Amino acid sequence: MKKVSAAKTPVYFFGTCLADMMYADSAMAAIRLIEREGYEVVYPMEQSCCGQPAYNSGFPDEAKAVAWKQVQIFAKHDYPIVVPSGSCAGMMKVHYPKLFKDSPDLFTVKRFSERVVELTTFLHQHAHAVYEDKGAPIKATWHSSCHAMREANCIADSKALLSQLSNVELIELERERECCGFGGTFSIKQPEISGAMVSDKVADVVSTGASVVLSGDCGCLMNITGHMEKENITDVKGQHIAEFIWERING
Amino acid sequence: MASNEKFNFAQSVAEALADSQLRANFRFATDTLIQRRGTVFASPEETNFLRDVGSSMKKDVLANLPDLLERFEAKCIKNGIVVHWAETAKDANEIILSILNEKSAKKVVKGKSMASEEIHLNAYLEEHDKEVVETDFGEFIIQLCNEPPSHIIVPAVHKNRKQIAEVLAEHVEGMEYTEDVDIMLENVRNTLREHFKTADAGISGVNFGIVETGSLCLVENEGNGRMCTTVPPLHIALMGIEKLIENVEDIPAIYRLLCGSATGQRITTYFNMISGPRKKDERDGPKEVHLVLLDNGRSRIMNDPQLGDVLKCIRCGTCLNHCPVFTRIGGHAYGSTYPGPIGEILVPQLEGLNPKGAIATASSLCDACSEACPVRIPIPEIIRRMRDESYGHGDPNSVAGYGYKKNCVESMVWRGWKWSQTSPFMNKVMLKGLALFGKWIPVVGPLKSWMSVRSKPTFGKNSLKDLVKKEGVRHE
Ligand code: SF4
Repeated sequence: MKKVSAAKTPVYFFGTCLADMMYADSAMAAIRLIEREGYEVVYPMEQSCCGQPAYNSGFPDEAKAVAWKQVQIFAKHDYPIVVPSGSCAGMMKVHYPKLFKDSPDLFTVKRFSERVVELTTFLHQHAHAVYEDKGAPIKATWHSSCHAMREANCIADSKALLSQLSNVELIELERERECCGFGGTFSIKQPEISGAMVSDKVADVVSTGASVVLSGDCGCLMNITGHMEKENITDVKGQHIAEFIWERING
Repeated sequence: MASNEKFNFAQSVAEALADSQLRANFRFATDTLIQRRGTVFASPEETNFLRDVGSSMKKDVLANLPDLLERFEAKCIKNGIVVHWAETAKDANEIILSILNEKSAKKVVKGKSMASEEIHLNAYLEEHDKEVVETDFGEFIIQLCNEPPSHIIVPAVHKNRKQIAEVLAEHVEGMEYTEDVDIMLENVRNTLREHFKTADAGISGVNFGIVETGSLCLVENEGNGRMCTTVPPLHIALMGIEKLIENVEDIPAIYRLLCGSATGQRITTYFNMISGPRKKDERDGPKEVHLVLLDNGRSRIMNDPQLGDVLKCIRCGTCLNHCPVFTRIGGHAYGSTYPGPIGEILVPQLEGLNPKGAIATASSLCDACSEACPVRIPIPEIIRRMRDESYGHGDPNSVAGYGYKKNCVESMVWRGWKWSQTSPFMNKVMLKGLALFGKWIPVVGPLKSWMSVRSKPTFGKNSLKDLVKKEGVRHE
């Protein structure tokens, strides 16, 4: 994907349902980061959710209906579809074809899935983004969402972007590869187990001494910051990687 | 804590989480096991290649299972092994009891066998006046406490050294409290020696049954398996029908996968290949060897292309170690022979969704299990399937029962959700609603659960859709 200077290369943006409900600013920062690399962001207004909540809860038919809606909405052009979440990108890339494996629409769905690319992978591998850090020195830690790590495989890209920020000292979590306990409806079906997991995760975050915990997934962030708030832990904030980078490079 | 009708998962989870010693024991054990596995499987390329090999090997076996079983049976018979087929757990128990009775065997020494846990063999034999002695160190400990295993590889993993020392001091004659592992082992070994010498029969499981040669492979570290299968005059092996391996040359790969995944060893201290009873000119070995082939639902499971993958399992237990839920609640909370991820996908199929469907809720679907599984079972996918089945969407011939979760309210909620995510108008209404009234959502049901450890979510004033329009991003 070459950057064209005259006419900008268009890319689709799938914002995720959490961006609509709670994290609009993070998603907006993601859009700005893509535009900064010389692309034109196209946002289909009828998009909604990737369908993962129902899919993971044992309601594949409902998930399939919602998935099909997204496939149709993004069918007008064959632009790449950039997604600011490893989990939603994983759902759309890995699980959509499974949902439609016995359907005559499988081919269409596969074409869709192949166009899906997680935000930091897009910025790093496709756009070759280069950042200059204008922020003050800061200690940050990073939480890898499970599906970013194991489905979207985008963690190396996320970290490659962060490593360009010269004033950011990244301190790794002791148990970076362990789930934070969100798991969608798992957190309300098994609140105690999920609670034990998130409190361990928060303890890990706090022990790094970082003042911000970053992630590429809003679901995990909502879980981790929600627990920190409940526990009155105020010296660490949670932030989506897109918003963090956008703030750092704009001083 | 074995399977029983009154299983209450929520309650056992709460109890397990409240026990901080238990949590610490599990965390310590699973950390150690993961770290050891890492030393054997240090190269991702090699490991992934090996996992591909293991996976296709087991897939092939399952695809040809009926034929392979017949060939295996014929070879075993040729080797002098008496083969029995048990369709159900009850059949298996009865067959084993009748073999024992026929030989007037009263005292049985046992090697570690998950299949025997699955059919609750010990309880059955004890009911029928047999004396059963577990001889694996961990199994020996938990038998003294009258507890089921809490892990399929390390059955007493829920106990730390001090707790084990206490158990031994309390139950083993002439033994004083000591935390010195060598002394503990020495004492237990001496006790077990006597049992081996005086037992009328030995019962073991089987890790791999080799079709080509009709041999039973037993993988172990303590030598107790070898004692059980060679010292008493009668050996009865119990094996799930899916445990076949076609050729001897397949063994190195699958054996390495098993040892590396289970205990982080390259090879175990003992690898036994049992190829029949003592021959005429031989001076040791059992006079009779019986093999009980256990179906107990496996052939039904095999018929479903997705569920059949469960039968690839080689019972290495690494999915338990890698599971963040198992690490926190331990094995007993699942109330089932097989805990952790493998339990979540196998137990509801063996015992029915009612009451065991509930354990499939105990996963955040983080995929850590399937990332480690040596035979690449797509565990999270089958967990999703169990959830789907438990809402009654599935075929009751595949997985029995509809599960306690069959819940109209929940089904309605998801239908409503679908509406709000497929109709742009409804989506707008929902987002506006959340922005305006989100903070007044009453703290009940799911929100209450969420807020038990987290603050109330704050919904944004603007949705991304609002911002996109406001900020002039191209939209269509
Ligand atoms: S499911 Fe896989 S990881 Fe778990 S016990 Fe079976 S073989 Fe091992």
